[in-house]
Amino acid sequence: MFKYFPHTDADLQAMFRKVGIKSLDDLYAEVPGQIRFRGEYQLPGEMSEMEVRQLFDKLGAENKQLTCFAGAGVYDHYTPSAIPQLLSRSEFLTSYTPYQAEISQGTLHYIFEYQSMMAELTGMDISNASMYDGSTATAEAVMMAVAAGKKQNKVLVSETIDPKVLAVVKTYAHFHGIKIEMIPAKDGVTDLSTLNSQLSTDVAGVLVQQPNFYGIVEDYGGFADACHNQKALFIMNSVAADLAVLKTPGEWGADIAVGDGQSLGIPMQWGGPYVGYMCCTEKLIRKMPGRIVGMTQDNRGQRAFVLTLQAREQHIRRQKATSNICSNQSLMALWATVYMSLMGKQGLKEAAELSYAGAHYLCDELVKTGKFTLAYNQPFFNEFVVRYSGDVDALQKRLTENGIFGGIKLDADKLMFAVTEKRTKEEVDNLVKMAAL
Amino acid sequence: MNNRLYGNLIFELSQEGRSGYSLPKNQYGSYSVPAELRRKEDAALPECDEMTVVRHYTNLSADNFGVDNGFYPLGSCTMKYNPKINEEVAALPQFANLHPLQPAETTQGAEEVCRQLCKSLCELTGLYAFTLKPFAGAHGELTGLMVIKKYHENRGDEARRLVIVPDSAHGTNPASAAVCGLEIVEVKSLGDGTVDVEALKELLAQHGSEIAAMMMTNPNTLGLFEKQIPEIEKQVHAAGGLMYYDGANLNPMLGAARPGDMGFDVMHINLHKTFSTPHGGGGPGAGPVGVRKGLEGFFPEVSPYHGNFAVAMRAYAYILSLGRENIKLVGPLATLNANYIKESLKDVYELPIDGLCKHEFVFDGLKDKSTGVTTMDVAKRLLDYGYHAPTIYFPLLFHESLMIEPTENESKETIDGFIAVMRKIAQEAKENPDEVKSAPHLTPIGRVDDVLAAKHPIVTFRQLKNEIMKD
Amino acid sequence: MAKVIEGLYYSESHEYVKVDGNVGYIGITDYAQHALGNVVYVDLPDVDDEVTAGEEFGAVESVKAASDIISPVSGTIIEVNEALDDEPELLNKDAFGNWIIKVELSDKGELDGLMDAKAYEAFCENA
Repeated sequence: MFKYFPHTDADLQAMFRKVGIKSLDDLYAEVPGQIRFRGEYQLPGEMSEMEVRQLFDKLGAENKQLTCFAGAGVYDHYTPSAIPQLLSRSEFLTSYTPYQAEISQGTLHYIFEYQSMMAELTGMDISNASMYDGSTATAEAVMMAVAAGKKQNKVLVSETIDPKVLAVVKTYAHFHGIKIEMIPAKDGVTDLSTLNSQLSTDVAGVLVQQPNFYGIVEDYGGFADACHNQKALFIMNSVAADLAVLKTPGEWGADIAVGDGQSLGIPMQWGGPYVGYMCCTEKLIRKMPGRIVGMTQDNRGQRAFVLTLQAREQHIRRQKATSNICSNQSLMALWATVYMSLMGKQGLKEAAELSYAGAHYLCDELVKTGKFTLAYNQPFFNEFVVRYSGDVDALQKRLTENGIFGGIKLDADKLMFAVTEKRTKEEVDNLVKMAAL
Repeated sequence: MNNRLYGNLIFELSQEGRSGYSLPKNQYGSYSVPAELRRKEDAALPECDEMTVVRHYTNLSADNFGVDNGFYPLGSCTMKYNPKINEEVAALPQFANLHPLQPAETTQGAEEVCRQLCKSLCELTGLYAFTLKPFAGAHGELTGLMVIKKYHENRGDEARRLVIVPDSAHGTNPASAAVCGLEIVEVKSLGDGTVDVEALKELLAQHGSEIAAMMMTNPNTLGLFEKQIPEIEKQVHAAGGLMYYDGANLNPMLGAARPGDMGFDVMHINLHKTFSTPHGGGGPGAGPVGVRKGLEGFFPEVSPYHGNFAVAMRAYAYILSLGRENIKLVGPLATLNANYIKESLKDVYELPIDGLCKHEFVFDGLKDKSTGVTTMDVAKRLLDYGYHAPTIYFPLLFHESLMIEPTENESKETIDGFIAVMRKIAQEAKENPDEVKSAPHLTPIGRVDDVLAAKHPIVTFRQLKNEIMKD
Repeated sequence: MAKVIEGLYYSESHEYVKVDGNVGYIGITDYAQHALGNVVYVDLPDVDDEVTAGEEFGAVESVKAASDIISPVSGTIIEVNEALDDEPELLNKDAFGNWIIKVELSDKGELDGLMDAKAYEAFCENA
């Protein structure tokens, strides 16, 4: 038998006898003949482990490894080597959702730590156990605002939000019957007076991004009050790692903080898996979708962790559930948790500051070439938009040919670059050299 | 005091001044984040050296139970073996380092993995096209329902807002429908646990023009094959609805029947069930959605890039490893294992519906109800014997549901060992019920106080500290 | 066996109204608290909110279940039982002694559509 099937002929015969059948085929006796699959699957034949490995090496060689100067929501941060080692432990990797608390304390314990860390990072009261990614977490936050607001069904979204996140939010909103209205941007930022003119009693929430899609650190002073005066929730989407340094959603007065945790040392892996985070004020805890782990005691008086507030969840609320999510992105939450444990209070800050310094250096150097100008006169973090006086497509092509993923094209003349602590000064200087040609 | 459980949150191991990282020096000169952009206080994250972190999480892992630890007969979850080669290929830097927005000419290998995986999934399900965008089973369900709603809207048939589900359906089905702006109507089951076709006909006669779809698993949540599926499909289609296949129970169908051939139009697959990717303590999974020809234009934007690509890598490695010869044995072997357990235990556990099951089946607790030992007690006692518990109290059709699913990877010896323990517990229930009722005894912790946790939620370390300060 | 009290009005979704002049005290019945098990949270509405007969105004959560509370009558909320915020278990201890909201009734005629103790007792037996 194949290596994943332990059945010997003797086993099969003994089991057939117990079940009262003569062949494996008899197990499907009740399946109507016209739908029984009797052919051969048009798939390749069995491959040895070596052949599988070789095939993926071959496919891997068809990808091109580039030095990444792009972001747009996904950042090339460094992964400390202890993380993949710890995550490969089978006890974490091959377990299910921690329903049986007595033999799942490992998972429950780290989720509690994850929740604690995300709450600290965002400056919010509480966090859930994680969600699929930043875009779906944001869509869930929009639905949560509408559910919490009962009779309001409009959500205002700043035009400075990541268009990829916006597309997902709009999908959920369309099917869920939520009206999305955009808040026009001015010079790359969201304008408070414009927001005020759009706020009304039918608005359940206001969604903004910080740093925004263009890497700009916006001034959200007064936004929370404006929202709260109209009983709307203020939702802020942020790149998790940047919050080690930046003023937090909590400090801006956000009711819900969401975003992607990929920046917490998770590899880019062509889009996933990442981890979405969602944090909120204590008041909203019972409106929050997703799993939550809480602390309690066992019958021996020991500290223990357990999935809690499950009554909110889909398997109990069914049609009344606030969301249909019934899992979390547990292993990726562990990834972020171990990252934050290793980097700690100082390391996370230092990595963010290095990214900030690298991006500002790159920006200055690009401007010095005379071919680039900063597109928005606004403070930015580790990502920025420049106008290029030449042909953007030709520039990108040249960079790619030289092994550089040189920014993301936003417009006929606009490019967006990001720098993380993983980029060396040599790499930055090389990019500038190539870009100046 | 149990040191493994007290005082060992990573926060409690923190000492100011320790660090577990090293970063290159800043070579860029004096660029520093202006004060007005900064947070007031540093995030109160732990400060630990590297070995403390490594030991902490290594020890935590010891309090977990995974498929690699032992038998995991968790019904409806398909806890199959997670092959190690899959992990290795998924971590290859040639894939792991790709930015999702990289130019297409630099990601041809990754594109090929997705193309080939989709092609394989089409072949295995009898459907026409797949999207890998959904991140999980529930996300796939939602995506599939969106496809259906869009299909009807596109035909200008906006009145179709009802989704039929059997009364045994998983709670996610109604929740997904609600998120998608649809409503659920339940159709009753017959005494044998399968859909009552007459009741379905009545429902269709009454609501025909409002029916968007019927959502089913096949085999259903009781592990029973819905043999009336050709008739069900005919009726629903005649009423103008589409058929949605919830792929939660696809595993026993590998090598036996394809959802496309059963008449389903849309389905999702849980790669973390049928295609061996690890459950990871609750995720990440992946929930690709497949459709019949003509519906592929209705895939909605439910995620920004290529879904959980690294999960798709694993699933593709699994399909390649098995190949066409072995993949068709998956369903039959899983089904054989389930029937063998059922036949070996039905004299001591209550089997409400006799007959062939597929990959799983449901007992309604112990046969002898006089002992007062519940399904919960049996489940907890199993932990003492080194087994993960089956799924309990689901489906809701029975009071003491105990749902058992062994996968094709389990050997006869493993299964015999499990059967022996289940019989032993049934014996203990008669002779020493208190021992069972107070189980587990050998796990790191005992039964937990759910009420305390829900009444005064403490979900962060900061809340815990504040609580301690109060006392 | 769940307790039923004479003189109250009962709904099929297991809420009761105790009427005192133009004021109704609304809560969940003893049968309902039994069915829910340990109550861990009561989602209370605000004073001055309007309630409508047949529509939900709050929710009760136990560890394993969550249930909307449907108002049996219409009116304006004049008081909510804030003690339930800290001690939701009061509903388990004495469901009839711990009303959830106090309402100024807008249509006493609605009471005619509710069950009396005897009818409710029979209703529960058949449930």
